[in-house]
Amino acid sequence: MAAAVNTAKLKASNKQAGRKVGGTVAIFIFLSLLGLFMLFPIYLTVVMSIKPVEEIFIFPPKLYAMRPTLDNFKDMFAVMHQNRVPFSRYVFNSIFVTVTVTVAQCIFASMAAFVLAKCRFPGNKFINGIIVVALLYQSNVIYIMQYIVMAKLHMIDTYWALILPSIASPMGLFLMRQSIGQVPDAMIEAAKVDGAGLFRICWQIVMPNQKPALMTLIIFAFQAAWNIQSGTVVFQEQYKTLTTVAAQAASAGLARAGVAMAVSVFTLVPPIVIFMLAQRQVIETMAHSGIKD
Amino acid sequence: MAQISAENIGKRTKQEERRMMWRSVKANKACYLMLAPFMIFFIIFTVVPVVMSLPMGFTDFNMAQAPKFIGLSNYTTLFLSDKIFVKSIRVTIVFALFTGPISYILCFLLAWLINELHPKLKTVFTLIFYAPSMANVYTVWQLIFSGDMNGYVNSFLINLGLINSPVQWLTDGNYVLGVTIVVQLWISLGAGFLALRAGFQNIDRSMYEAGAIEGIKTRWQELIYIVIPSMGPQLMFAAVMQIVGSFTAGTVAQNLVGFPSTDYKAHTIMTHAFDYGWVRYEMGYASAICMILFVVMYALNKLISKVLSKYMD
Repeated sequence: MAAAVNTAKLKASNKQAGRKVGGTVAIFIFLSLLGLFMLFPIYLTVVMSIKPVEEIFIFPPKLYAMRPTLDNFKDMFAVMHQNRVPFSRYVFNSIFVTVTVTVAQCIFASMAAFVLAKCRFPGNKFINGIIVVALLYQSNVIYIMQYIVMAKLHMIDTYWALILPSIASPMGLFLMRQSIGQVPDAMIEAAKVDGAGLFRICWQIVMPNQKPALMTLIIFAFQAAWNIQSGTVVFQEQYKTLTTVAAQAASAGLARAGVAMAVSVFTLVPPIVIFMLAQRQVIETMAHSGIKD
Repeated sequence: MAQISAENIGKRTKQEERRMMWRSVKANKACYLMLAPFMIFFIIFTVVPVVMSLPMGFTDFNMAQAPKFIGLSNYTTLFLSDKIFVKSIRVTIVFALFTGPISYILCFLLAWLINELHPKLKTVFTLIFYAPSMANVYTVWQLIFSGDMNGYVNSFLINLGLINSPVQWLTDGNYVLGVTIVVQLWISLGAGFLALRAGFQNIDRSMYEAGAIEGIKTRWQELIYIVIPSMGPQLMFAAVMQIVGSFTAGTVAQNLVGFPSTDYKAHTIMTHAFDYGWVRYEMGYASAICMILFVVMYALNKLISKVLSKYMD
């Protein structure tokens, strides 16, 4: 009997039950094969971006570049440099807009999500309902109405037009609310008994346990903000972002295919860097999570 | 006093109710304060535009003149005389049936399988599967499915001897919907997938330990008895994302197989709305189309949340 308990404990200390090495290897192989399919178009994009133009349209198409070159990237930057505004201005715009949107979105969405998930007050259900409706309501008329609102607020052709509309993302709030909802009520009650205010409970007790969801939100927010197409709400060159200008450099159809690929690669790099940084945090949390019901 | 009748006992007057409500609002001042920053931006940039757009479906609005109220005639035209709309319903249903459930299951399955691996591999595989939804790669898919011999698929099949002449993947009516579905599936491991990954990371380790002690032997048992029951919120989030993704898809088709696609074979409801909204500038009609789509998605969302909540409890 004692031996049985001991083996059970031993198993438990091995973290998870019933892991056969063969199974794990099979999973790895399966994921690798599927991963190759997923990566293929992205790999091709990278290869095309370093192919000279004449190599893109040959038969049979090659899976690698015979004479790799950085011409496409040079062309892209050359086009971006031709504008009246110095290139550094676009870099600054992109960083400023992306960082502001990401930070504001994460802070505001976390606070609102905490309140909506864990507090009972008049209007809670109603607001929760509206968030889901906002997620599902996709109308192309909204953009016009949004434009009208921005015009009324004199925001067109300023940084505000790029930043403010993206701050309150119903998707981000929904994600955080779903995750914070899983925090045991007992933990919050205990903090209340200890005399902590809502604001402190949110930031010092709940949010430190929400790293996976928060990091995921950072990825979403950064990606969306980085890709904001500024062309429709700002018209002066000095407010345009990198991605907008890069897209302009690429827009000449298949003749510019190489440059278009370079642009794709270029705009993909910052989100991937953020993704790697954030995912590392997500995976580290697993090692020592501490919520107990 | 004499006026107290049986039915009034236990009921609060409206005035009392309002006072109670006000007291409860005041007691929860902190809640509203913490909600405020989000709600201010949400109301100005989402709620107001949505509310402004709601009545547009009942109007004739060409963006140049003021909207003119025309009652239900947009809706009657849609269902009674717009043959392409009826066609687009069919395309959307086929499209959603293929992409929605498949990619939902894929999201969950892959998130789970990745979770079984070593932490370093977790990051790598999560990136590999999520990267397509970050990339903007319509140009490369156009080259892959290109209709001449330079297309990767064509040249591959010709080399294998399976076909003799290039297939017009992007313009042949038989293939356009299939090609669109493949590309949509490829980019659909997005928000839902990542949220599920985060959900897996958030499951408390002690749950697994307790499970092991109580006699759980295999990964499957662990998945069914421990993981799924504690992932309800993430599963719901992923479901909503899949509904939106599969029903409002249209950009993939437009960028890939052209607009309009051959014989309207890849013409979804959202593409139809785009056609009327941004090509013909009939915003009233486009709004009506979007409204119908919204009603369908809302009903589906209610249904799924009912099913999921039943299963989770």
